[in-house]
Amino acid sequence: MRPWRALRVLVCTLVAIYLLAPLVVVLIISFSSAAFLRFPPPGYSWRWYANLLNDPAWMDAVGVSLRVLVPAALASTALGTASAVALVRGRMLGAGVIGAFLMAPMVVPSIITAAGLYIIYRGLGLNGTLTGMVIGHIIITLPYVFATVASALRSLDPRLEAAAATLGASPVTAFRRITLPLLAPAVLSSLLFAMVLSFDELIISLFVGSARLRTVPVQIWSNIRGDFDPTVAAIASLCFLVALTALALEALLRRRNGDRE
Amino acid sequence: MTTPNPGTLLELRGIRKQYGRHAAVDDVSLELRQGEFLTFLGPSGSGKTTTLMMVAGLQQPDDGAIILAGRSVDRVPPYRRDIGMVFQHYALFPHMTVRRNVAFPLEMRSTPKAEAERLVSAALAMVGLPDHGDRMPRQLSGGQQQRVALARAMVYRPALLLMDEPLGALDKSLREQLQMEIKRLHREQRMSVLYVTHDQSEALTMSDRIAVFNEGRIEQIGTPSDLYERPATRFVAGFVGETNFVSAVVLGQEDNTYRVSVAGAPMAVSARFVTAPGSTAMIAVRPERIQLRRDGEGVPAELVDLIYLGNARRFVLRLAGGEEWTALMQADAAEESGLHPGDAVRLSWQAHHAAAFPAGGH
Amino acid sequence: MEARPSHSRAPDWAPWALLLPSLLVMLVAFVLPVGMLLARAFTQPEPGWQNFVLLWERPVYLQVLWNTVLISAAATPVALLLGYPVAHAMAHGSARTRRLLTFLVLVPFWTSLLVRSFATVILLQRRGPLNTLLMNIGLIDAPLPLIYNLTGVLLGAVQTLLPFVIFPLYSSMKRIDPSLVPAALTMGAGPVRAFLRVYLPLSLPGLMAGATFVFISMLGYFVIPALLGGPRQTMVGQLIQDQISQLGSWGVAGALSFILLAITAILLSVLNKLVGLKAVAR
Repeated sequence: MRPWRALRVLVCTLVAIYLLAPLVVVLIISFSSAAFLRFPPPGYSWRWYANLLNDPAWMDAVGVSLRVLVPAALASTALGTASAVALVRGRMLGAGVIGAFLMAPMVVPSIITAAGLYIIYRGLGLNGTLTGMVIGHIIITLPYVFATVASALRSLDPRLEAAAATLGASPVTAFRRITLPLLAPAVLSSLLFAMVLSFDELIISLFVGSARLRTVPVQIWSNIRGDFDPTVAAIASLCFLVALTALALEALLRRRNGDRE
Repeated sequence: MTTPNPGTLLELRGIRKQYGRHAAVDDVSLELRQGEFLTFLGPSGSGKTTTLMMVAGLQQPDDGAIILAGRSVDRVPPYRRDIGMVFQHYALFPHMTVRRNVAFPLEMRSTPKAEAERLVSAALAMVGLPDHGDRMPRQLSGGQQQRVALARAMVYRPALLLMDEPLGALDKSLREQLQMEIKRLHREQRMSVLYVTHDQSEALTMSDRIAVFNEGRIEQIGTPSDLYERPATRFVAGFVGETNFVSAVVLGQEDNTYRVSVAGAPMAVSARFVTAPGSTAMIAVRPERIQLRRDGEGVPAELVDLIYLGNARRFVLRLAGGEEWTALMQADAAEESGLHPGDAVRLSWQAHHAAAFPAGGH
Repeated sequence: MEARPSHSRAPDWAPWALLLPSLLVMLVAFVLPVGMLLARAFTQPEPGWQNFVLLWERPVYLQVLWNTVLISAAATPVALLLGYPVAHAMAHGSARTRRLLTFLVLVPFWTSLLVRSFATVILLQRRGPLNTLLMNIGLIDAPLPLIYNLTGVLLGAVQTLLPFVIFPLYSSMKRIDPSLVPAALTMGAGPVRAFLRVYLPLSLPGLMAGATFVFISMLGYFVIPALLGGPRQTMVGQLIQDQISQLGSWGVAGALSFILLAITAILLSVLNKLVGLKAVAR
């Protein structure tokens, strides 16, 4: 078995390098002192980060992204959690089909969803509005929230609710005191992930946004289509660090709740 | 229907529960007296847990009535039934400390805080965990978790305590220790207990009475010694304790014994059902009631193997018809007999220690 | 045991009330838009099959469709081969290995696809770090063409797809009893045969789910071929975008979307037949 074990270690190492190397390279280049993407950089500086802070286009984009992601993530967390509770605990007819339906935006290419939204929004005058953007982001994030909370709910022992009932708790009390607290880590982590997902979303924002309503990814996209300097590397590094922080936060959340899986 | 006896706490009348076409519980009726320890014993799928769940109100019967403390609880949800329940996998709330778990039912009943604190401490002391209140459930061993579950189900002194295979997830020595403890609590707290298990020795050691379930019905209900010494059906004889079976031809009847022919040998067994001479019956004899001799009267058999059990010996026997029987003998008696594998022996028993059941069916 | 607690009576309409808002949002902002885009295929510029006929008659369009399928089909086995050992190590390795690898796979999963694609562009450039490294250690004399071609698209795509292979594989592998392979070994099967006859078949549901997911998500890729591919790696997603934003021909965009969704739906229903979508959705 030894050579197989060695092969496994080798592949895992290669995959690790493959997954992390590009991000590390961007991080390094963002501190380059040169105006071109030479690697390794000839010297190091903060100038591209300064550039970022001084460029109103980038700062606007950050503002738009935040104004989209907060309501979108909150709404899709509420919707996804309610749906998961209904479908997993409600014992309703056709729960499987409805669940699959809620997951559909995950498998439909977002370019199709985006183009469709653009058509609908033209009639409603929602293109280029915050509302339109938020609704699009809800659709993209909802499946992930639903899947996360539903799977947490499924792994929650229904006997705990039965036990609460025999001990004198009404269904509402049992849900509030037992189910909800045990579900909280999953709900919070899906809220975090929805935020990250919304922050990263490009294609919907590209279609339903406008020249004045640009999220960070749209701004990155329009910058890297032509010649680019390390300013993009700086914002990309920041995005990466934000994602890393969110991930660490989520891991902490799980650890604190004694979730061993 | 008659009115229940004054001492009756729980009465089930013709309870039925259907899953699709399959009747999980089929016309179950029984009574549980105040302070009684009643056990539902049966193989898995026999309907015992379903019946318990219906008493708890966690499942609804399709038919029949459940009368708890003199009132029908058909329309009463579990949280208003005044029951306590202990689950096989403890079902402790993982996000609450031990104290909070035990306090939960008191909180649901709006017990004043000081009173609740006192009751929780007393309950934890009762199950031998006075210093574990601030731990989280996952920091406790399986046995300790089950003690907490027990304290939680008893702290508010419910009228009836339900236990669904509470020791099923524990290893043997811990199980025996907790059996004694539950028994002690039952005695000291004068609780009425409905207990579910598939372990017949657990049922025999703990219960005042046992209801044996099979295929959704109660086969027999009685004290442990009733069930063991006078099984009403072949199923009970086989499920409770160890039993040897052989089919025999009925020769005739004298008072309450039948004369039968087992492998050509004339034997006597106690008569429980009406049958005609010439028909076949199934004879059941406990291993410890069998006497072994080298010769003389009795059923001829061959001693195939002798198993050492320390305080006793198990004799593995083969009858002329090929049936494999076992006989159990205390160590000194077995040594005196001087029997060895390969010996031809004669088996006999006293008529009242052998039961006869209709052949075929159960 | 035999009886699960069927819970006491919440009103029957309660779950529907919880579900209704999601269903409404999905209907208005997903079903309706996608439906209208697809309808365009049959209605614009005028009712009929014209858009599909057009696709059939223009070899460029067919070429792009064919390219999309080929590129997706090429990326899938690469992702599976790389993901399988990682999932195996996660499922059967030590707790530390599992935590480390989970984190490793989650980092790209949580990082924006755009950011990662951009990073890959920098990494793979003609004078980028990878070529520099390979030349410095003397493995190659001249920079390799790693970008704006099929290699670039595959390298970029597989990286983003790996989590989608690894998670379903991991979840089906951790349900495999780890003593089964040793058991096969004691019965005289060599390690390769024990793997092929015992382990691989048991991990097949995860493998098929992963393969299907990778393939269908890749079909809709847009950012990666645009950033890392050349003209010959143009994929349907880009074509749809071009049709809308450059040419304004919603009919053709609708027809292309229709075909893309049809392929996705067929693959998903095949997967459903073979392993059941429940197993996939976990």
